Amino acid sequence: MSTLVMKSRWHSDTLFQRACWSSAILIGVLLVSILLSLLHGAWPALEKFGFGFLFSTEWNPITSEYGAANALYGTLVSSFIAILLALPLSLAIGVFLTELAPAWMSHSVAAAIELLAAVPSIIYGMWGLFVFAPWFSEHFQLWALDAFSEVPVLGLLFSGPPMGVGLLTSGIILAFMILPILTALIKEALSTIPNVMREASYGIGANRWEVTFFVLLPAVRSAIFGAVILALGRALGETMAVTFVIGGAQDMNTSLFMPATSVSATIAEQFNEATNDMHISSLLALGLLLFVITFAVMAVARILMRKRKLS
Amino acid sequence: MRLRRKITNMVFQLACMFATIIGLSVLVAILYTLVSKGLAGMQWSLFTEITPGPGSEGGLANAMLGSLIMTSMGILIAAPIGVMGGTWLAEYGANSKVASTIRFLNGMLMSAPSILIGLFVYEMVVINMGHFSGWAGAIALAIIALPVIISTTEEMLKLVPTSLREAGSGLGAPKWKVVTLLGYRAISTGLVTGILLAIARISGETAPLLFTSMNNSFMSLDPNQPMANLPVTIYQFAMSPDETWNQLAWSGALLITLTILALNLSSRLLPRLAKRR
Repeated sequence: MSTLVMKSRWHSDTLFQRACWSSAILIGVLLVSILLSLLHGAWPALEKFGFGFLFSTEWNPITSEYGAANALYGTLVSSFIAILLALPLSLAIGVFLTELAPAWMSHSVAAAIELLAAVPSIIYGMWGLFVFAPWFSEHFQLWALDAFSEVPVLGLLFSGPPMGVGLLTSGIILAFMILPILTALIKEALSTIPNVMREASYGIGANRWEVTFFVLLPAVRSAIFGAVILALGRALGETMAVTFVIGGAQDMNTSLFMPATSVSATIAEQFNEATNDMHISSLLALGLLLFVITFAVMAVARILMRKRKLS
Repeated sequence: MRLRRKITNMVFQLACMFATIIGLSVLVAILYTLVSKGLAGMQWSLFTEITPGPGSEGGLANAMLGSLIMTSMGILIAAPIGVMGGTWLAEYGANSKVASTIRFLNGMLMSAPSILIGLFVYEMVVINMGHFSGWAGAIALAIIALPVIISTTEEMLKLVPTSLREAGSGLGAPKWKVVTLLGYRAISTGLVTGILLAIARISGETAPLLFTSMNNSFMSLDPNQPMANLPVTIYQFAMSPDETWNQLAWSGALLITLTILALNLSSRLLPRLAKRR
């Protein structure tokens, strides 16, 4: 009798444990399957174009010649712009929330910024295309074209048609999208600094600027670096918002006002319309590229953050 | 020198304040746009009529219902698997090598671009079925929800005090009973919060649905057929030159954002309410 009870108990216990184990293992299986299925789908394109796929600016469904360079350029430049704009902004907001603002204000402002993270990316896209782009064209691009036309480097960057959409606009919209996560991580990092450090710095007569810039920010340098990499990973893979505002042109330009494309936007725009196999395969090759890039970036971010936790 | 320090300090503080105002004004601007453009189309017909052909009037009923069906199916697939996966990480895997690898991969899956999930499900499901389907959309959404549920479940279970487990085991309960009857009950609010967050995460997803469920301009409840849904409808209607479609896109956008913000707020309020009781 008792062995029977023991046996059935052992049985249900193992069953439960095995079910849980398989569910956890499924995550690994899924990731490997995603990689393999992309690799499988991308194979014809990779076989045909080889490493040249990475560097070719050709994207021509008629001649069936495909290269990733335009899309890669768009993805990298727009994400870089996004980090460039979002980092100082979120540093300032993070400092404001932890060091300057009174507690009640800090709480509610932080909650509002977090809400920004909940807004779906398609909404950012619509807002970017229909509200931000016209405003940006009228109030920045026209002015910048005029003001920087004679300046060496800036003149080159800020040239082209002031249509509102393009590389710079998608960089800005991406910056708004990664702002909440970056702010939250920076705020968290700043709040781990023990108060003694602040007291000591203020005690020797430093003011807020000096305490922040020379003591607090250097102390959380590595955490900020990890946060930036994490935000970069988000920006690289973002699809819908970029698809709306980047302009959708298979082109590579130094001008940031020109319409361009990104890896994810190219896939989103063309995958359902692609009819010949090489086109589909090339789009899947772009997907594989995106998978590898974001995986590498996120892995670096995670390893950086884990190291920080240990030390 | 003293003056310069003072001025730098002032400029710095003003800059921080200014940055915060910029961040907040983006939120306000987006919400303002949604309300001012979306409210005009908030009529009863939005909920009763299906998406119209070009140039005629209609609503979003089929898209809302399709989104509701696919989101529910996605959550129904992801929730049990996610809860069990999180349970394994917290209760069985703990600090083992396998568990930390799974944790790492779970984080990777969570931050994988959602469009890649769409491509994956297209390759696995859509190609095998031969056409887009509601099932494919639900599976894509489930894969996105899964890592969120796994990590919240694990976090919550870790908070359950060991004494509770010991009390259960001491009474002779087998481990699975301790976990399900004591552990899950102790973290029930946390589990619901995690699932609410997962719903919020997937209900705005557009990219993974483009290649899986696609869209359907008719009312269809059959998950074996392409299924209408709000995000893809918004995308297609917003990009078109048709004005009635644009108006419907804005109304849909307002609806979807309000839903997601409400889900987020309730996931934040729920633990507090539960504590008070």
